[in-house]
Amino acid sequence: MPRLSATSRHAVSFVLNGRSTTADAEPRMLLTDFLRHVLGLTGTHVGCEHGVCGACTIHIDGQPARACLTLAVQVDGASVRTIEDLAPEPGRLSVLQAAFRRHHALQCGFCTPGMLMSLDAYLAANPEPDEAELRKYLSGHLCRCTGYVPIVAAALDAAKRLREDTANA
Amino acid sequence: MSVQSQAWTGRSIERVEDAALLTGLGRYIDDLGVPSGTLHAAILRSPHPHAKIEAVRAAAAAALPGVAAVITGDDIVRLTTSLPVGVRASIKCWPMAVDRVRYVGEPVAVVVAVDRYVAEDALDLIEVGYRLLAAIVDPRAALEPEAPRLHESLDSNIASERCFRYGDPEAAFAKAAHRIGIDVHYPRNSCTPLETYGVVASYSPGEDAYDILSGFQGPFSIHSVIARALKVPGNRLRLRTPPDSGGSFGIKQGVFPYLVLMGVASRVAGRPVKWVEDRLEHLTGSVSATNRATRIEAAVDADGRVRALAWDQIEDVGAHIRAPEPATLYRMHGNLTGAYDVRHVAVRNRVVVTNKTPTGLNRGFGGPQVYYALERLMQRIALELKLDPLEVIRRNLVPSKAFPYRTATGALLDSGNYQQALEVAARDGGLAELRARRDAARREGKLYGIGFAAVVEPSVSNMGYITTALTPEERAKAGPKNGAQATATISIDPLGTVSAHIASVPQGQGHRTVLAQVIADQLGLKPADIFVVAEMDTARDAWSIASGNYSSRFAAAVCGAAHIAAARLRAKLARIAAAQLNVSAEEIEFAGGKVQARGNPDNALAFARLAATSHWAPGALPSDVDQAFRETAFWTPPELTAPTESDEVNSSLCHGFIFDICGLEVDRVTGAVRIDKYVTMHDCGRVLHPGMVAGQITGGFAHALGAALYEEYAYAPDGSFLAGTFADYLVPTCMEVPAPLILHIETPSPFTPLGAKGVGEGNCMSTPVCVANAVADALGIADIDLPLTPAKLAATLQRVEPPPPPRAVAAALPAGKGRALHGAGEARVAAAPEAVWSALLDTRVLASIIPGCHDVEQVSATHFRADVTLGVGPVKGRYRAEVKLEDLVPPQSATLIGSAVGALGSAVGKGSVRLSGDDVGGTVISYEYDAEIGGKAAAVGGRLLDGAARIVIRQFFEALARRVAGTAAPAWRLWLDRLLARFRGRP
Repeated sequence: MPRLSATSRHAVSFVLNGRSTTADAEPRMLLTDFLRHVLGLTGTHVGCEHGVCGACTIHIDGQPARACLTLAVQVDGASVRTIEDLAPEPGRLSVLQAAFRRHHALQCGFCTPGMLMSLDAYLAANPEPDEAELRKYLSGHLCRCTGYVPIVAAALDAAKRLREDTANA
Repeated sequence: MSVQSQAWTGRSIERVEDAALLTGLGRYIDDLGVPSGTLHAAILRSPHPHAKIEAVRAAAAAALPGVAAVITGDDIVRLTTSLPVGVRASIKCWPMAVDRVRYVGEPVAVVVAVDRYVAEDALDLIEVGYRLLAAIVDPRAALEPEAPRLHESLDSNIASERCFRYGDPEAAFAKAAHRIGIDVHYPRNSCTPLETYGVVASYSPGEDAYDILSGFQGPFSIHSVIARALKVPGNRLRLRTPPDSGGSFGIKQGVFPYLVLMGVASRVAGRPVKWVEDRLEHLTGSVSATNRATRIEAAVDADGRVRALAWDQIEDVGAHIRAPEPATLYRMHGNLTGAYDVRHVAVRNRVVVTNKTPTGLNRGFGGPQVYYALERLMQRIALELKLDPLEVIRRNLVPSKAFPYRTATGALLDSGNYQQALEVAARDGGLAELRARRDAARREGKLYGIGFAAVVEPSVSNMGYITTALTPEERAKAGPKNGAQATATISIDPLGTVSAHIASVPQGQGHRTVLAQVIADQLGLKPADIFVVAEMDTARDAWSIASGNYSSRFAAAVCGAAHIAAARLRAKLARIAAAQLNVSAEEIEFAGGKVQARGNPDNALAFARLAATSHWAPGALPSDVDQAFRETAFWTPPELTAPTESDEVNSSLCHGFIFDICGLEVDRVTGAVRIDKYVTMHDCGRVLHPGMVAGQITGGFAHALGAALYEEYAYAPDGSFLAGTFADYLVPTCMEVPAPLILHIETPSPFTPLGAKGVGEGNCMSTPVCVANAVADALGIADIDLPLTPAKLAATLQRVEPPPPPRAVAAALPAGKGRALHGAGEARVAAAPEAVWSALLDTRVLASIIPGCHDVEQVSATHFRADVTLGVGPVKGRYRAEVKLEDLVPPQSATLIGSAVGALGSAVGKGSVRLSGDDVGGTVISYEYDAEIGGKAAAVGGRLLDGAARIVIRQFFEALARRVAGTAAPAWRLWLDRLLARFRGRP
C-alpha cells in the first residue's frame, strides 16, 4: 500500500460494478461519501456512520462490508459492487428484489439497499436458509418501518425461487 | 359506489414506489443535486446540559481555508425572531443557543464551508467559554421550588398549567366503593428513522425570500412558524420536500428549527447551504417523545365499573416549548377515558421544562403516555378487586350501540364495536390456549404472564385541539381554531392521461400507490395509468396548515380528498361524454379505460380521447362544464369543531380500536423477556390496502416493542445524555421482533369519504402497556416502568446485585451525577521508584508520554495543565486538563485531583498512585481512580469508556517504562496526566 499524505488527494483505482474506475480522494474520505458524492452512486445509504445499521452495506471483493467503516483509499485495487448493480437490467428486478416488492418488505426503502446486498451474498452462499439462521444473519441490519416480518418472508421466498430456478436450469 | 369502483381499492397491489427504491434509484434529500456553489454546514453543539455561554471565539475557524462563514447566536438574534409557540409562556425558543445552553446537543455555532469535512475541521477550532450551571432532568424534581431554573423569564419551571373538570368527579369519587390509583413514569424514546434530517436552504437578498428543501413532514402550520421566525411574509418562504423520505414517524416535524438555522446560514454566507445531520446529532439533539410522570386514580364500584378518573400529568417537553408542544399532552385530551364509558373526569396538566432535548412528534404522539397509565390502572383495578383483568375491561367498554359516542372530555367516537373486537380477538387469538400455556409454564416454575390492552386510536387531528392548553378566555381572544383541511389535485394532460398532486408528504407509506388505486376506481382506469406526484412545494401546490403526514390522516383525509376530486372530474367527464354518446350523464359509466353508455358497451369513447377534450376543443364542452382537466378538492370534516367553553374537545376525527393480548416469559436468571405470542386486533374502518395496513401494524408493533423492552433516551442525573449511538440506544433487530397475529373487524367511519380510519400509530399506544401488563402478571409486581430491560427485571427478580468482580474497586462516588467510572490497576517499570517519581513530575517527560498530549504546562510545583486529544469510539476530541497533586509522599504516593473540559464533554475525578520498589530494582505502580464523565463523551456508552480508559492508561505506562528505562529521565507527573487522560479518555 502506498504511503498516503493526509493533505493531498490520491487516485483510487478499482472495479466498480464491473467497470474500471479511477477517482481522487483524500485519505480521510469515507467510502460512502466517495461512492455517493464523488461517483454519484447514491443507492448506498448512510444511516449511522458507526457500523450498526447496515444501510451502507456493499460488496468488496465479493464480501459484504460496511462502506461507512471503510475509507475510499482502502478499495484501491479491489472490486466493489453496489445496489445499482443488483438488477439484471434497467426496468427488471432480480428474484430477490421482486420478492421484496411482492411481500411489501420495504416501506421507506432507506435500509433496503443494504439488506439486499447482504442477502444477495448470503443466499448465494446459503441457498437453503432456515428462518432462524436467516434472522440471525439479518440482525446486522436495522429497519424501522417494517418490523422485519415481511423482509424475512421475502428472503425465504426468494431463496425458494432461486433454488427452483437452479433446479430448472 | 359502483361495482367497478371497488375494483382496485382494498387490494394489496404491488407498490409503484418500489422499483426505484429496490434498485438504488430512490431520490432522498442527500441524493439530489444542489445548486452550483452550494456550501456545507456543520454544527457545533453543547457538551453541557446547562451553562452560560461567556464567549464564542471563532476567529481561527473563520480563518481556516475553505470556511465561508461561522454563525453564532448573535446572528440568530439579529436575523430571526424567537420561534412562536402555542401557549402563553414567556419562553424564548431559538434554533440555536443564545447566551445559554440548556441541553446537551443544543447548537452553539454553525460553520459553513466548501465541504463537510472542512466544516467539521473548523468546528474543532471554535472555543466556547462555558460557565456551568446546575441541571435538572426529572420532571417532578423540576417542580421543586429550589430546582435549578431554566428560563429566567418564568418564575418556575412550569411553562403551562391547566386544570379541567368534566361531569362531577368529586361526587363520583365520594360515592365509589374504591379509589384505586397508580404512579407511572413514561420514558423518553424516539422512532429514529434510518434517514436523518437534511436541509438545503437558499436565500435571495433581491426578493428577501427563502427557498428551503427538507425532509420536513408537516404539519404545514409550521410554515407560519418558520416564516415568522425568519421575518418574511408567508409568500417569501417556499418549502419543498424531496420525492423520497427515509422514514419519519413524526420525527421529521422536528427538523423545522434547522430550516430556520440553515436559512440564516445561507443568508450570512450568501450562498445555498446544505446540511445533513449525522446519527450522533440525531440521537442527541433532534427531538424525542415526551417523558411524562402521571398519577391516575379511578373511582371504582365493587364490580370493577369505573365511575370517574382523575389525571395528574406532568409533561416534560425538554429545554424549550417547541411548536407544536404541548401538543403531545393535548392530542389525547378528548380520549382520556380511552375505550371506556366514564362520565366524570378531573385533569391537572402541567408542562415543565428540563435540561433535555426539546420534544415533538413521535409515532403514537401522546397515546403511549396516556394508555400506559390508563391500561396499567385497569390491570391494577382487577387485581385489587380480585377480578379477571379482561372482565374489568369488558365491563367498562363503550356500549356498541352508543356510537357515535361523545366522551366526557369531548371526543366524538365515530364508530366501533369494542365488545365484538374483544370476542373475536379472544377466540381467533387463542386466548384459552394461551391461558393453558401460562398455567403449564407456571407449574414448571417459569415466570409467564399475560397482558391485555384496549386502546382507542385517534387519527386525523383537529388543528384546534392544541388551543385546549389555553383558557377559554385566551381562546376567545385568539379566535377559534379547528378543522383539518385535506387537499388533492387531479389533472389531465392533453394526451388524456391522469396525474395527481398531493400534499401528504409520504415517508414510506406508499401514498402514491393507494391514491392511484382510489383514483383509478373513480375513472375506470388501472392504478398504473395514474401518476401521483408526492413531493410538495408550497409555492405551487394546494396546501393548508393541516397538510403533511401525521396523525395517521392519509387514508381517512387525503384519500378522501382525492376521491372527491376524482368524483368531481368524473361527473364533468360524464356530462361531456353524455353529449357525445347521446345518453344522459346518469347512464355514463367508466370502466376498462373506456367511457360508455350503461348496457351498451359499443356506444363508448376511449377515456383518453374524452379526457383530452377540454384541452383541444373547449368549444365542444356542454355549457354547464367549464373545464374537465384539473380539479382540486379541499375537505375538512365538520365534526372537528373548536374546543367548547367548558373545554370539551373533539381532538381527532376518527377513532379506531385495538385490543391486544400478549403472552410472554421472563427469564428468571437474566431477566430477558421472550414474547411467546402477540395478538393484535384492529378496527381501522375500511381497509384500503391490506398489505400496507399489515405493514403499518407490524412496523408500529416493532417500534412499540423497542419502547417496551429496550429503547430510552437516557440522561444521567447531571443532564449528560447517555444514548448517543445505536450501540447505546438499542432498537430491535429481527432477532427481537416476532410476527404478531393481526386480526381485523371493520366498522367503517361514517365521517370519512371512504370509511377509512388511521392505522399507523395504534400499536405504539397499545403494545408498550400490553407488554408491561404481561410482565407485571409474570412477576406479580405493581410498579413497573419502561423500558423493561433485562438489567431492570433481573434487579427486580434477584433483589440484590451480585458483588462486582474484585478488580473493579468501587470507591463509590458521592451521589453519582454523571456517568461514573472507576478502576484500578498496576504497572511495572524497570526503574527505581525515585526515577519514576521524578519522571512523573517532569513536564517534558509527561508531554512525551501522555497519549494524545499536545502540551503540558506547569502552573506550580503541584499543579499541571495539559491539552490532550483523546477518542472513545466515534467520539474524538480535544480536552483541557488540570491536575493538582496532594498528599505528596516522595517517592511513594500521591493523590491526584483533576478535571478535563472539552467540546465533547467534561470529567472530574480523583486518583491515587502508589510506587513501590520490587525485588529486581524496578517499580510497581499501583493506581486507583474514580471519575465522573459528562457531556457527549458520556453518551457513547460505558462499554466504550471503560475500555478506552484502560487502553489510555496502558499506553501511558508503556511509554513511561520505555522512557524511564531508556533515559532514566523520569517524571512522575505522567501519572497525573495520564489520569487526566483517563478521565478525559473516558469521555
